[in-house]
Amino acid sequence: MRDLTMRNVDGIAVITIDLPGEPVNKVTAELRGEFAEMFGRIEADTSVKGVVLATGKPDTWLAGADIDEFLTLRSAADGEALSRGGQALLARLESLAIPVVAAIHGACLGGGLETALACRYRIASDHPKTVLALPEVQLGLIPGAGGTQRLPKLIGLQRGLDMILTSRNVRAKKAFQMGLVDELVHPAILLDIAIDRARKLAAGTLDVQHAPKDRGATGRLLEDNPIGRSIVFKKAREGVMSKTHGHYPAPLAAIAAVQAGYDKGSAAGYQEEARTFGEMTVSDVSKQLVFLFFATTALKKDSGVEHAPPQAPTPVQSLGIIGAGFMGAGIASVAAQQGTSVRLKDTDTARVGKGLAAVSQVLKERLKKKQVTRLQYDDQLSLVGGTTTYAGFGHIDLVIEAVFEDLALKHRVLREVEPLIPANAIYASNTSTIPIAKIAEASTRPNRVLGMHFFSPVHKMPLLEVIVTPATDADATVEAVAYGKKLGKTVIVVNDSPGFYTTRTLSAYMNEAGRLLDEGATIESVDKALLDFGFPVGPITLFDEVGIDVGGKVGVVMSEAFGARMAPSESLRRVVESGRSGRKGRAGFYLYDKDGEKGAVDATVYELFPHGATRREIEPSEIQERCVLAMVNEAARCLDEGVLRSARDGDVGAVFGIGFPPFLGGPFRYVDSLEATVIVERLTALNGRFPGRFDPAAVLLDHARTQRRFYPARGAPLA
Amino acid sequence: MSTYGLPGRRVAIVAGIRTPFARSGTTLKSLSAIELGKRCVTELIQRTEIDTKLVEAIVYGTVVPSVLAPNIAREVSLLPLLPKGVQSFTVSRACASANQAITDAADQITLGHADMIIAGGAESLSNVPILHSRGMSDALVAASKAKTFGGRVKALAKVRPRDLVPITPAIAEPSTGESMGESAEKMAKLNAIPREEQDQFALRSHRLAAAGTADGRLTAEIAPLYVPPSFEAMSTDNGVRSDTSIEALAALRPVFDRKYGSVTAGNSSPLTDGASAVLLMSEERAKALGFTPLAYIRSYSYAALDPGEQLLMGPVLAAPVALKRAGLSLGDIDLIEMHEAFAAQVLSNLKGFTSQAWAERAGFSKPVGEVDRARLNVMGGSISIGHPFGATGGRILMTLCHELARRGGQFGLMTVCAAGGMGHAMVIERT
Repeated sequence: MRDLTMRNVDGIAVITIDLPGEPVNKVTAELRGEFAEMFGRIEADTSVKGVVLATGKPDTWLAGADIDEFLTLRSAADGEALSRGGQALLARLESLAIPVVAAIHGACLGGGLETALACRYRIASDHPKTVLALPEVQLGLIPGAGGTQRLPKLIGLQRGLDMILTSRNVRAKKAFQMGLVDELVHPAILLDIAIDRARKLAAGTLDVQHAPKDRGATGRLLEDNPIGRSIVFKKAREGVMSKTHGHYPAPLAAIAAVQAGYDKGSAAGYQEEARTFGEMTVSDVSKQLVFLFFATTALKKDSGVEHAPPQAPTPVQSLGIIGAGFMGAGIASVAAQQGTSVRLKDTDTARVGKGLAAVSQVLKERLKKKQVTRLQYDDQLSLVGGTTTYAGFGHIDLVIEAVFEDLALKHRVLREVEPLIPANAIYASNTSTIPIAKIAEASTRPNRVLGMHFFSPVHKMPLLEVIVTPATDADATVEAVAYGKKLGKTVIVVNDSPGFYTTRTLSAYMNEAGRLLDEGATIESVDKALLDFGFPVGPITLFDEVGIDVGGKVGVVMSEAFGARMAPSESLRRVVESGRSGRKGRAGFYLYDKDGEKGAVDATVYELFPHGATRREIEPSEIQERCVLAMVNEAARCLDEGVLRSARDGDVGAVFGIGFPPFLGGPFRYVDSLEATVIVERLTALNGRFPGRFDPAAVLLDHARTQRRFYPARGAPLA
Repeated sequence: MSTYGLPGRRVAIVAGIRTPFARSGTTLKSLSAIELGKRCVTELIQRTEIDTKLVEAIVYGTVVPSVLAPNIAREVSLLPLLPKGVQSFTVSRACASANQAITDAADQITLGHADMIIAGGAESLSNVPILHSRGMSDALVAASKAKTFGGRVKALAKVRPRDLVPITPAIAEPSTGESMGESAEKMAKLNAIPREEQDQFALRSHRLAAAGTADGRLTAEIAPLYVPPSFEAMSTDNGVRSDTSIEALAALRPVFDRKYGSVTAGNSSPLTDGASAVLLMSEERAKALGFTPLAYIRSYSYAALDPGEQLLMGPVLAAPVALKRAGLSLGDIDLIEMHEAFAAQVLSNLKGFTSQAWAERAGFSKPVGEVDRARLNVMGGSISIGHPFGATGGRILMTLCHELARRGGQFGLMTVCAAGGMGHAMVIERT
C-alpha cells in the first residue's frame, strides 16, 4: 500500500492516510482500492478491536474527490457506477463489526466528510485548519458517497441541506455544536483520545447517541414529520431557484436525493443519489464549473510571466496606497487582513478618516461574523496607518495609486511619490480604463510601473487584473501577481490597452444595452433579459451601481480608442449630461431611497432618451444575443490583439471580474459550446443590421473556418 | 565631559511622536491607554520606516494601569508590526514614568545590551478603574466561595448601602493623604508665590502653546489620531486656549483651599488622555542605518524628598546633579523644558534653583541659578498642552529636541516633578 499505513496500538488499528508526493489527501481510485484491501485485512485480524482513521498531512484530513477522475467519465452510467462504488465502500466501513473513529484534523471535505460520516464516532481537532464541508455543488455535482443520506440524519434536515446547498465551510467548534462531530479536542491529544474512544466503543463502555443537536423547537417541529419536511424541501427549492434562476441543476438534484431518502427509504435515497450524481458528472454546467476550478487552480501556479526570473520575488511587506476612497480603503482592508503594513494616504485628514472608517467597516464585518477575534480585528486595523504626507513611503515595496480616473492627476501623483519610494519599488495604478503606458509617461522608471485593477467591493470580488506594458520588468509583474494571490485574488495578467480586458469587454456589453434603450427598449426588459441569461445584475442596474459618471468617463476613453464600435449610446450620454450619477447620488435609471435602497425604474429618466417615454417591446432573446455577443466578440478581439495571454485568462476574467455566467464557463467556453461557426453566423447577421458593430473577430472567423476550438472537447480542459 | 554612558555607547534620540493630547472625557475617551500606546508606537514605526526586526525592546510607562492588562508595554509590543519576540516591560514613576522608560531604555543601550529600543508612555484618565468598596469586595469574594445558593445569598446580604459607593482613585499621596493640588497649594504658600504670578504663568503657557500650534512647531511632534468609531481626525491638543485672558483666569475660584488658596483649575494642568513614543538607538546603530539623530542623551538624574514636605520640589534636587553629570552649568543650557504640573510648582522650582538652602540640600555649594524665562517652556507646557501622566515625559523630550534643533542650540535641560516627592532631570546635546 502506498497511501495508507496501519499500526496496531494495543488492539486499535491506527490507519494513517498520507498520499505520497501530494500536498493534500484526496479520494483517488488508488486510495479507494487500498481502503477496500485494508478493510479486508482488519476483518481478518481478530486482534484488532477498533480502528482510528487519521491523517499524515499537516492540514488536510481528506479533501474530497480527485477531480481529474471525473474527466474520464464518458456517460452518466459511468458516473453512477463511480457513486455506487463509493457508496458500497463506505457501507462496508459503516458495517464493520468493530468501531471506527475518525480523528479529524485539517480539511475534511466532500468524499472526506462522507467517509467521516460513515464512521461510528468523530473527533475533530480544535484548530483553525479543521473545516468540514460538502462543496460538490460548487462543481455542479452532488455528494455521491452517501453524503445526501447520512448528513441530514446526523445534524438535522435543515442544517444538512444548508451544508449541501451552500457548500459552507463548517469550523470544528461549530461542527461540534451542531453534532457533526462528537468531540472537540486540542490537536496534540487528538490521536490519544481517538484511540481511547475506539477502545471504549469496542468494550461497550462508551454509549454514542447520535441525534441532531440544538435545532430548537421549530427545527424539531419541521423536521420530525413528513408534512414539516415537505415544507422544508419546498422552501429549499424556492431558495435555490431564486438564487440560481434555474441555471444550476445540481442543488435541485441534491434536494431530490435527500428527499428520496426520507420519503422512500434509505435504499431509494442512495439509489437516487447515485443516479443524479451520474447525471451531474456529465452535465454541461458541471463541465464548465470544473473547467473554472482547473483554470483558477492553474492561475494559482502561474507566476504571471512566461519565463519567471530565477530568483523568487521579494514579498510585499509594506504597501502604500494613495487615495483613501472606496477602492483605496478596500485594498487597504484586504492587505491588512494579510498582515501587510499599510500607509493610506490622501490629501486631508477628513478623507483619510473616512477611508479608515471604511477599512474598519470591512474588518468589523468579519468580527461580527466571528471570522476573526477581537484581537485580530484590532491588529488588522492597527496595520493601516492614515497619513496626509508621504511619511513612511521611504521603504515601501509597492505603491497602489487609487485616485480619480484623471490622467493629469495620476501623473501628478506619480511624479510626487516616485522620488520618495525605493528605486525597485513597484508603482501600480488601480485605474480601470486609462492605459498604463500613458500613466507611465510621467515616470522616470517605467519598468517599475504596472496596473493592478481591483474590482469593487475589493473584499468580495475575487479577480485582480494585472496590466503590464512592454517596459514593465518581469520581476515586477511576478511580485505584483504573487501579492495579488496573497490577498486571496485570482490574478490574470493582461497586456496594456485601453480598458485592458475586463473594462473593455464589459463596455461593449453595456454599450449594447444602452443602444437597446436608444431603440426604445424598457430598462426593466434589458435588465431582466440579462439576469435571466445568468448575469448577477442587469447592465442598466450596473450603470447605477458603478456610477453613471464613471461609466461616462470610461465611454469616452473607449470610444477614443476604438472608434464608433465603442461609442457610448445616446441614452447613456444624455443621462451622464443630466448629472444623474446612480445609486451613490440617489438618482439614476432607478429610484433610490435616502439609504440607497433600490426601487422601481425612475420613469422620468425616459424623458432623456431618444423616443422619450414611448417604449416598445424587444424580444429578450434579441437583447441577450446582442449584449452577450458584443461582449464575446470583444473578448475575442482582446485575444487577437494579444491583450489576453490565453482564452483561459479571458474566461476566468469575465466570470470572476465582470459577472459572465459561471455555468457557461466564460466567453471562450461559450463559443466552444455553441461552436464558432454559429457565433460567426450570428455576428455576421447582426453586423448586417448594425454595420461595423459586430464585425467578427479574426480568431472567431479562423476557428469557424478551421472547425477549431479554444479547448479540447473531451478530457482535461487545460491539457 | 559627560559621566553618563560607557565609552562609545552614546544614546541617540532618533525620533519621537505623540498623539494629540485631549482633556479626559473628551475626544479620546473611547481609547484605553493601551490602545493609545499601540496607535502611537505603530505610527512611530511606520513613519520612521525602521526594520522592526531590529527593535529589541519596548519600555513603556503608565501611572494608572489597567487592572486586566497591567503590563501595558507588553500589550503595545504585541502589535502586529513587531516580532512577538520583542521583550517589553512597564515602568511606573508617577508623572516621570515616560522619563523612566526613556532612561531605562537608554541604560540598556549604553550598557551594550541593546541598540534599538522604543520607549514612552500612555495614559487614559478617561478610563481609570473604578473599585468596589472593601465591604462590597469582601461580600463578593465570600459569595464566590460559597458552595450553596443560600450561602451566596447570605454573603451578599452583608452588603450595606454605604458599600455600594465605588472608590475612584484620587490623585493623592497614599503616604500623606494630601492631594496633588493641596500640595501645590502648600508650596505656593511656603514659597510665597502670589495668585497673580501663577495666573500670568498659566496665561503664558496657553499663549505660547497656541502660537506653537498655529505656526506648526508644536504640531510637528503630533501624529494625527483617527478616533474610532467615526475615525474623525484629531490633529491638535484640545486643552490649549488661545482666547484665555488674565481676567478669565483671575475669575476662577481656588479649588483646593477655597478661603486662602491661589491654585485654580486655570493655573493647573488638566486631567488628560494621550500617548508618546520615542525611538532610541546607540549612536553607532543610528549612523549605520543612516538616521540623523535629533539629539543625544548627555546625562540624567533622579531625586526624591519627603512627600509631606514640598511634594513637587524634586526637580530642584535632580537638576544640579544632572548638570554636574553633564559637566555643564545652567549658563550652557540653550533651552529648558520644565513640566508644568501647576504654575505654583514651576515658580517654586524656579525659586528653588536660585536658593542657597536648596542647593545645599542637593549637596552643592552654589545654586543652579536664575532661569532665563526666554529659554523656558517656549511653546507652553503641561498646563496648556495637557498632562497624560504616563506620556508627558516623551512629549517634553520631543518638544525640547525639536525646538533645540530649530534654534540651533547645543544643550537642552528638562525637568519633571512627580508624585511621591520625586524629580527627574535630563540634559541632551545635539552633536
